[in-house]
Amino acid sequence: MIGFNMRAAWAIYVREVMRAMRTAMQSLLAPVLTTSLYFIVFGAAIGGRMDSVGGVNYGAFIVPGLLLLTLLSESTSNASFGIYMPRFTGTIYELLSAPVGVAETLAGFVGAAVTKSLILASIILLTATLFVDYRIEHPILAIGYIMMVASAFSLFGFILGIWADNFEKLSVVPLLFLMPLTFLGGTFYSIDMLPDPWRSIALVNPIVYLVNGLRWTFYGASDVNIWLSFGITLGFLAACVAVIAFIFKTGWRLRT
Amino acid sequence: MSEPILEIENLTKVFAGGFKALDSVDLKISKGEIFALLGPNGAGKTTLIGAVCGLVRPTSGTIRAFGDDLSGNWRSARARIGLVPQELSTDMFEPVRRAVAFSRGLFGRPSDPARIEEILKSLSLWDKRDEQIRRLSGGMKRRVLIAKALAHDPELLFLDEPTAGVDVELRRDMWRLIGRLRDQGVTVILTTHYIEEAEEMADRVGIIRGGKLLMVDDKQSMMARLGRTEAHITLAAPLAELPPEIARFPVHLDSTGLDLCYRGGDGTGLGKKEVADLTKALTRANIDYVGIEISDSTLEDIFVGLVEEPS
Ligand SMILES: Nc1ncnc2c1ncn2[C@@H]1O[C@H](COP(=O)(O)OP(=O)(O)OP(=O)(O)O)[C@@H](O)[C@H]1O
Ligand SMILES: [Mg+2]
Repeated sequence: MIGFNMRAAWAIYVREVMRAMRTAMQSLLAPVLTTSLYFIVFGAAIGGRMDSVGGVNYGAFIVPGLLLLTLLSESTSNASFGIYMPRFTGTIYELLSAPVGVAETLAGFVGAAVTKSLILASIILLTATLFVDYRIEHPILAIGYIMMVASAFSLFGFILGIWADNFEKLSVVPLLFLMPLTFLGGTFYSIDMLPDPWRSIALVNPIVYLVNGLRWTFYGASDVNIWLSFGITLGFLAACVAVIAFIFKTGWRLRT
Repeated sequence: MSEPILEIENLTKVFAGGFKALDSVDLKISKGEIFALLGPNGAGKTTLIGAVCGLVRPTSGTIRAFGDDLSGNWRSARARIGLVPQELSTDMFEPVRRAVAFSRGLFGRPSDPARIEEILKSLSLWDKRDEQIRRLSGGMKRRVLIAKALAHDPELLFLDEPTAGVDVELRRDMWRLIGRLRDQGVTVILTTHYIEEAEEMADRVGIIRGGKLLMVDDKQSMMARLGRTEAHITLAAPLAELPPEIARFPVHLDSTGLDLCYRGGDGTGLGKKEVADLTKALTRANIDYVGIEISDSTLEDIFVGLVEEPS
């Protein structure tokens, strides 16, 4: 019976998605509200007085960045809570004693986190149409890229949820690392706007490549090489998978 | 003995801090038997179960279940093992029925609402099927954990202190449930602090202390090996020393010279016969007595004797 326990993956997936439904208010409404506020302040209010960036109206320019900001933080927190809570309450015993390996666990937990992120992304993109005019030049690639980013950061969140041994650590990483890097990662500006020492420094920030990758699928323009963007996103995803495979192999923080 | 369903060899667990919770444990469990693991707090019972169920990584030793070495082929074995943990940890916001159905799926079985209904009814949970688990009483929560463990029809079931903190009725329900499982051919390994439970339910008993399995045997042989009869004969007049007529018996006098104490036998009736012989010998020696108190040691005494020995 070696192979993939499809029923287990499905059972975890359904339960996790249902859990999100129970907290729809928190998991969907709150991020949508936050994003709308950004659109009102940066897109409508400030954006009205700004020049276009690279031929794109400022309000539209920030759409991919804002979408990414929400995707990163929500994917990370959804997946991290998804696996942290069972560890915290002790219900993880069942998962550990079941014929379930890394593949089923990821398909279930991370699959559910990605699903939530995609629903969220659609809602945000719909909300954005209320405030700004934007277009998506490569819609298929955009969807693919969003899925890739959502998967990568859900995997990252999963690692976070296994690493954290208290609630503080769970929120500290998104707050202290993810948020600043995303804000500095060209969410609200093109890094070409930065004077030189800062521009080179910005290029070390991996989020810059994610934002630009997504922006390219929207407007066909990017501050950095688009292949580099895709490569970095894929590389991050692969690194997360490798770390998780290692965690399951060694039982780190899962089995005593 | 029938075929082994679980074979543990030389299992040792040293926790990260250096604490040795299991020390070279060897244990063989046959298919269909009810095995009770008896031991005081911190003896290593939960750790031993955890090692088999994949919660604890053994430091050394091998575990085979259904003939498969768990370090390699754990998947197929785990699908056939169920675990009711000691701690009451459940998904508090899930309704009962969904939580139980989830467990079945997690163990790779196709959904079967009729089977879930049967399990819930057998545990008197059917009325609570749509209730969120957090709204149930502690005893009910424990039933849910049992239902979850039974949801995939395991062939080997671990019950880690199934009757800790439950009322008399639930305990009796539990015994009935174990009886039914035995009839169905399910192998059950349970841990308990209550000797009566081990005596009532188990075919074999293992006594564990300080991570060492001190002794494993079926109840009768354990009694035969360690059981003792104790008798106190109150004499009519004090004796200064033991008369030669009764010197062949395992007896001694207490300091008052009034209480003649016999300790011997084997837990299977030899002791009683010897006490009868002893009284006849006293009569023949013209030593009068005014009272006899006789008792057989129970598994409890054996257990207490074993675990209270300094290690
Ligand atoms: N994760 C851990 N890290 C370090 N020590 C541990 C860990 N888990 C258990 N121990 C220690 O191992 C020993 C055995 O614990 P275990 O839970 O197996 O005992 P037990 O026989 O189940 O006791 P009880 O009857 O109280 O449930 C205890 O001394 C305990 O403190
Ligand atoms: Mg225990």
